[in-house]
Amino acid sequence: MTDNWEHDSGEATAERAGHAVTKKNGATTGGRSIVIKGGTVVNRGGAARADVLVVDGLVSAVGEDLTGDEILDAAGCHVSSGFVDLHAHLREPGREEAETITTGTRAAALGGYTAVVAMPNTEPAQDCPEVVAFVKARAAEAGWCDVHPAGCITVGRLGKVLAAFETLASVGVRIFTDDGNGVQDPLIMRRALEYSRHLGITLAQHCEVARLTEGAVMHEGQCCSAMGVPGWPAIAEELMLHRDIELVRLTGAPMHFLHLSTAGSVDLVRRAKADGLPVTAEVAPHHLALTDELLRGFDPVFKVNPPLRTAADIAALRAGLLDGTIDAVATDHAPHAHHTKQMPLDSAPPGMLGLETALGVVLTAVSPDPVRVVETMSWNPARIAGIGAEHGRPVARGEPANLAVWDSSRVWTVDRASLASKSRNTPFHGMELRGRNVHTLLRGRVTVRDGIAQESGDARSIGSGGGR
Amino acid sequence: MPAGSSFVRIRLTRPPMTAAEVLTRDQVDRAIARIAHEIAEKHPETSSLVVIGMQSGGVWIAERLAGHLARIAEAPLTGSIDVSMYRDDISMRPVTPVAPSRIPVDLAGRTVVLVDDVLYTGRTVRAALAALNDHGRPGAVRLAVMVDRGHRELPIRPDFVGKNIPTHLDDEVSVGPEGVIVARPGADV
Amino acid sequence: MKHLLSTHDLDVPTVAAIMNVADHMSEINARSVPKVPALLGRTVASVFFEDSTRTRVSFETAAKRLSADTMSFSASTSSVNKGESIRDTIETLSAIGVDAFVVRHASSGVPVSVTEWTDASVVNAGDGWHQHPTQALLDAYTITRELGTGNTLAGVRVAIVGDIKHSRVARSNIDLFARLGARVTLVAPGMLLPAGLAGPGITVTDALDDVLPDVEVLYMLRVQRERMDAGLLPVGGEYSARFGLDERRARMLSGDAIVMHPGPMNRGIEMVMDPAELPGSRILAQVRNGVSVRMAVLFRLLGDGQLGA
Repeated sequence: MTDNWEHDSGEATAERAGHAVTKKNGATTGGRSIVIKGGTVVNRGGAARADVLVVDGLVSAVGEDLTGDEILDAAGCHVSSGFVDLHAHLREPGREEAETITTGTRAAALGGYTAVVAMPNTEPAQDCPEVVAFVKARAAEAGWCDVHPAGCITVGRLGKVLAAFETLASVGVRIFTDDGNGVQDPLIMRRALEYSRHLGITLAQHCEVARLTEGAVMHEGQCCSAMGVPGWPAIAEELMLHRDIELVRLTGAPMHFLHLSTAGSVDLVRRAKADGLPVTAEVAPHHLALTDELLRGFDPVFKVNPPLRTAADIAALRAGLLDGTIDAVATDHAPHAHHTKQMPLDSAPPGMLGLETALGVVLTAVSPDPVRVVETMSWNPARIAGIGAEHGRPVARGEPANLAVWDSSRVWTVDRASLASKSRNTPFHGMELRGRNVHTLLRGRVTVRDGIAQESGDARSIGSGGGR
Repeated sequence: MPAGSSFVRIRLTRPPMTAAEVLTRDQVDRAIARIAHEIAEKHPETSSLVVIGMQSGGVWIAERLAGHLARIAEAPLTGSIDVSMYRDDISMRPVTPVAPSRIPVDLAGRTVVLVDDVLYTGRTVRAALAALNDHGRPGAVRLAVMVDRGHRELPIRPDFVGKNIPTHLDDEVSVGPEGVIVARPGADV
Repeated sequence: MKHLLSTHDLDVPTVAAIMNVADHMSEINARSVPKVPALLGRTVASVFFEDSTRTRVSFETAAKRLSADTMSFSASTSSVNKGESIRDTIETLSAIGVDAFVVRHASSGVPVSVTEWTDASVVNAGDGWHQHPTQALLDAYTITRELGTGNTLAGVRVAIVGDIKHSRVARSNIDLFARLGARVTLVAPGMLLPAGLAGPGITVTDALDDVLPDVEVLYMLRVQRERMDAGLLPVGGEYSARFGLDERRARMLSGDAIVMHPGPMNRGIEMVMDPAELPGSRILAQVRNGVSVRMAVLFRLLGDGQLGA
């Protein structure tokens, strides 16, 4: 995608909208106006009925009875800034049989996302500018949503040598993590925090003391004892979380905690925040909805890391999400090729799809008010990801038109065969969810309309790249 | 006595049947006594006989036959045999073994009197003959039954019969120490 | 239930039915020609992804004594090493024609998955740390027949000693013994005792000497040497000193208590004496009963098409 391709439509209708044509990368309206009609606009001040007019990639008006060239029906829906996923595994490069950047970002768009942070456990790992540039280029080519690659904390995610934070930061990387692995060595972690402090970046930890989870398959508890599989104890997460909170206290560097899964973790973060420490935390949708009991049938589709835990943990995570202890819902979207999920439970890889079901799971399992939904799925994650200038913005005149239009009362049944991801490993197959994304706009271009990905957008972005 | 319960079981599970008593308790007693005399007549060395009841309905008859033989002549050896593992209809219907076989002696060369309550298709007897052979090759096997109800599917013939009773295919014949009853679905016998 | 995957599949009437049939099988096994035609023409495939000569031989003997054909597949001699998946293996053997799979795998849950890939019956011959239901059945059968308690373990005092955490035998036996009414005491050091196993009729201790005088059944579990090497157990002979069966402890047992072990024994770890010197040892009776019980299970699954009573 290039900067100048949007001129191809050639119409000057942007002038009619009353503001300058801004050359936003990827803006597609080319002056053509879209009005999102009849929805309830969600902003920090609350939710209110209003139409939203989009022209040239920007919101040009929010108000009553707006008109435009094209109408997106939003009756009964909420209109908000597009969702931002802090935690997606897009698998490319290296595991394209499970997902590609194109299929993963298409799934994201369907889920209402306009930006995702791509985890660095690719092959090769996102620990150098070349891989970061490759991922960004592929995402731009696909055009479904913005992809912000996360960098690694250590080279190859091996926990030994710090990655080149400044070099990566200079090409736009804002979040660094060895996700999939926790940084085991406390000395390396301390140095990483000390070094990162003034670079304007955030380190994100996958909290897992590996010695305590060797061979672990599922939550260590009654169910695991009965099933006879190695357990993943809550203490393995909480121990590292506690260590890192204390390192944040020591170094003053900000830190984000990925996919927290235990009641104890919620308590630790709550106390750290009460102490005024610069920490943030996310929870994955499945940890808000599913318990370890689902593994009783030994189906690897329910295997995930950190593992599904108990009803008490779910209750604590929901409470944490509602009271602000947990800042964000992040999918930990982790596609796996079918054959790998047919291996025995102990050898199958952990991970679940999440991008297309996250909103429905959050609304069904937790049912926060719409403002809190947008706060935890858009505003906060955009801020944590360091992309708050583009994403997670208010729905207001002059803001980038990265928008999601979603129906919080739409009831649907998840069917793994009809998901857009290249893989099928959703734990929600056959379950009924309430709440679904309807339309998605990326810089004013409709990527999803009525729940259907707009392939033409994809084709147009490739076909019209005048400079290519 | 297991046979006593078979009356109850059949009556409970097949209520819409008309039942008729074809042998009384007395007649059953006399039939057993008569068969014992016939056996003793044909096989005077009764102490060398092995009287084997088929699980479950033949066991009590075998025991009473052995008792009579002991009074008439000398006590034979007794035993029981379960033929579940030898049936030719395993998996066509539930086969539930009742009690393990009890064969008191190697049957090689012995004369065995095989005892059952009802002779019908002959398939159970065939299974029993196969089962007996796994305890040694008998010199001869004789068959004693309380009731021969006909409808044989195999070339098997009893040597000693309490009573021949013509039946319909769907009749239920129950034999116990209290008598013999034929139950017929929905009609008078 | 057309499969036997776990002791959870076994309700009390089903266990009683299996034990009654096992009595028949014991009678057959005592004959000079221990063979009956019951499963003539059926095929039992033993599919062992983990080595176990004893269990495999026991199952194959059981199948053969019922006149079933046997098919034998083991990972070490098979294409699993060449990357063939378990599913491919099962589907291939099914296509050849199998009425029952006897499956052993080092990973918990594999026999459960196998049921989705075949129409045949599946018998779990041991999966990971999860379950070994025929072992539990043969152990319960052995206890009832040795103690003369009928088909129940009501009130029978059993101690299970050793590496409970890594033991499918322990998981199966605890579950089945408790369901049959036994009072089960688990004796193990903390790191070999997973949380959440105590329940109705099940108590937990690490004081073996306190338990010995009162038990009717002492069940010693195998402790693998690898556990010792992995640093799971304290240095030297401390485990054996606290949890091993030696002559002193054998004397603490009541005169009619019986001692059991699933085999193979680790001499010098959990068994610190010659088991031949143990008057209460029923270890060989377990092996004999294993064949009878597995015959009963195969007969019920293949003969009647279901395990239940």
